[in-house]
Amino acid sequence: MSDHDYKPKSKVGQWFNDRLPLLTLANHLTDYPTPKNLNYWWTFGGILTFCLITQIITGLTLAMHYIAHADMAFESVEHIMRDVNYGWLIRYIHANGASMFFLAVYIHIFRSLFYGSYKSPREIIWILGIVIYLLMMAAAFMGYVLPWGQMSFWGATVITNLFSAIPLVGEGIVTWLWGGYSVDNPTLTRFFTLHYLIPFLILGLVVLHIWALHVPGNNNPVGIDIKKPSKDTVPFHPYIVIKDGFALLMFMIVFAFFVFYTPNILGHADNYIEANPMVTPAHIVPEWYLLPFYAILRSVPDKLLGVVAMLSAILILAALPWLDTSKIRSAVFRPLYKQFYWILVADVLILGYVGAMPAEGLYLLIARVATAYYFLHFLVILPVLGFKERTLPVPLSITEPILGGSPNLAAARHRESKIK
Amino acid sequence: MKKLFKLILILSFFSLNSAQTFAAEKVDYLKTDWSFKGLFGKFDRASLQRGYQVYTEVCASCHSMKYLSYRNLSEEGGPEFSEAAAKAIAASFDVKDGPNADGEMFTRPGKLSDKFVMPYDNVKAAQAANGGAYPPDMSVLVKARGGGVDYIYSLLQGYEDPPSGVTLDDGVYYNKYMYGNKIRMAAPLSDGIVEYGDGTNASVEQMSKDVTTFLMWAAEPHLEARHQMGFKAIVYLIILTILVYFSMKKIWSRVESEV
Repeated sequence: MSDHDYKPKSKVGQWFNDRLPLLTLANHLTDYPTPKNLNYWWTFGGILTFCLITQIITGLTLAMHYIAHADMAFESVEHIMRDVNYGWLIRYIHANGASMFFLAVYIHIFRSLFYGSYKSPREIIWILGIVIYLLMMAAAFMGYVLPWGQMSFWGATVITNLFSAIPLVGEGIVTWLWGGYSVDNPTLTRFFTLHYLIPFLILGLVVLHIWALHVPGNNNPVGIDIKKPSKDTVPFHPYIVIKDGFALLMFMIVFAFFVFYTPNILGHADNYIEANPMVTPAHIVPEWYLLPFYAILRSVPDKLLGVVAMLSAILILAALPWLDTSKIRSAVFRPLYKQFYWILVADVLILGYVGAMPAEGLYLLIARVATAYYFLHFLVILPVLGFKERTLPVPLSITEPILGGSPNLAAARHRESKIK
Repeated sequence: MKKLFKLILILSFFSLNSAQTFAAEKVDYLKTDWSFKGLFGKFDRASLQRGYQVYTEVCASCHSMKYLSYRNLSEEGGPEFSEAAAKAIAASFDVKDGPNADGEMFTRPGKLSDKFVMPYDNVKAAQAANGGAYPPDMSVLVKARGGGVDYIYSLLQGYEDPPSGVTLDDGVYYNKYMYGNKIRMAAPLSDGIVEYGDGTNASVEQMSKDVTTFLMWAAEPHLEARHQMGFKAIVYLIILTILVYFSMKKIWSRVESEV
């Protein structure tokens, strides 16, 4: 951010900017040189910012009407749905917004995996992203507990009980988390407090995430370093702003469809039954976005090792910049990695599917194979691939493939020769 | 633009996929044409009013509806009884109120602002009167069951003699749509159990449809407003998206690149 000698035009602006360089910051953000070949997978960063702000605003409004008490939480949610003006709208945006947030974050993460955005010099951006993702999961889980339905209660019981797997201190930790000897009112009130706090922690981390991004600048589909500013870049405003805006609107159409026409499809029917510690639901299932990790947890027969496997599945991502030994970033120039990438995508989808199914018979077997493959991908395939793979020649600048309209150099050359 | 289509494809695949996952446990429920489904779905006003009649004459003796108020009966998007009719309905119930200035509890006729009077004082009393089974509150029942309206509609018509080999305890009935097929509620509906004021034939099928419609409204009282607003919101978003698309094309035409 130091490559800036911005001077506001007006005297007042200069006076203010000398004391607090907010105008320099604004100028940096609008002028920020962005690779001009970014595709639509790059618009999910902006979409995620929108999701976060939407969750915070709707969440604040809900918190004005919600009552965090075991005897009143369920009723207060119904009060919001029935009697609060547009309460149904705000709650459905918030509930479906969580799913939309995760949908976007998964696309964002898998985009990064495909184009190698996590590699040097962007490791810190990536690790901050993993921390944000972890916090998102914590916030979503605690948010799901707040309506105090059956799935809220039993989901909270199952997840908090995972801590009891820790040797020696496990039981003590669980009691401490609950604030008692079972999930009850103290658990609900602390979950509400943390659910309120975490989004602001995420907001802070998002600022760092973007700050860290603005140091090296965006990666791009070709995955090469570019000179900034140059013919390869466009200023963030208006080029990226309008493109992100367009993608965001498309996203909002999908979002609106869920909110207005199938607002409960991503939730579980049991959560419209008030929490009852005496009755256990037939299947306790987490929300869809946690299912792959739930499948990993259940695929290990030992409780402690299951928890370790589940946590490792997430934390292994933080080590990814060092596990991937390839010098080439973009999968476009890595023919083998590209195939393994899609196998990983399929693997995670399969894990999500079996996570929703009962852990028995064939489902359990599939879950075990998929879990083993998940770790194999990161711990064996990626490190080996970096040494063994024969990568395709990488272009010197992104202008080269752009002229042909494709990040694939061979295809671009082919098209170019046809034009000639 | 090609990539854009890919994106839409993937998004739509995702939404379909998740819908299927959650529908996986579905049994073949009886189907009927619900007026409230679809982009412009609205409640059938007459059906809602009849459904209220079935609820209040049949279901309400055991099932509470604690999140509804009598005023809801005359509100827009619901059965839309006239305010006078809703007042009369409310007044036909005795509501326990108090304490008054002397510290006594007293009974008075219901008002529009009162919640639906509950059949039992508490869960224990409800269980004691129903052989240990608690008749669930019906306010959000439709949303609390996997099959939704189709499930409730089918259940009400799903009573059968048990197949050979299935023995039922006293006070347990066989229902082919019930989870596990055993239900503590005797078949609540029989032809002509209520007499509809509008002359509609009160067959079990008709009553099932009416009362399920009523329960859907009870669970989603703002469904009509939601559908109306949803259509406007999505049309607005589509128009705005098209406009932004062309602005984007215009802006990006200044650089050698594709969007």
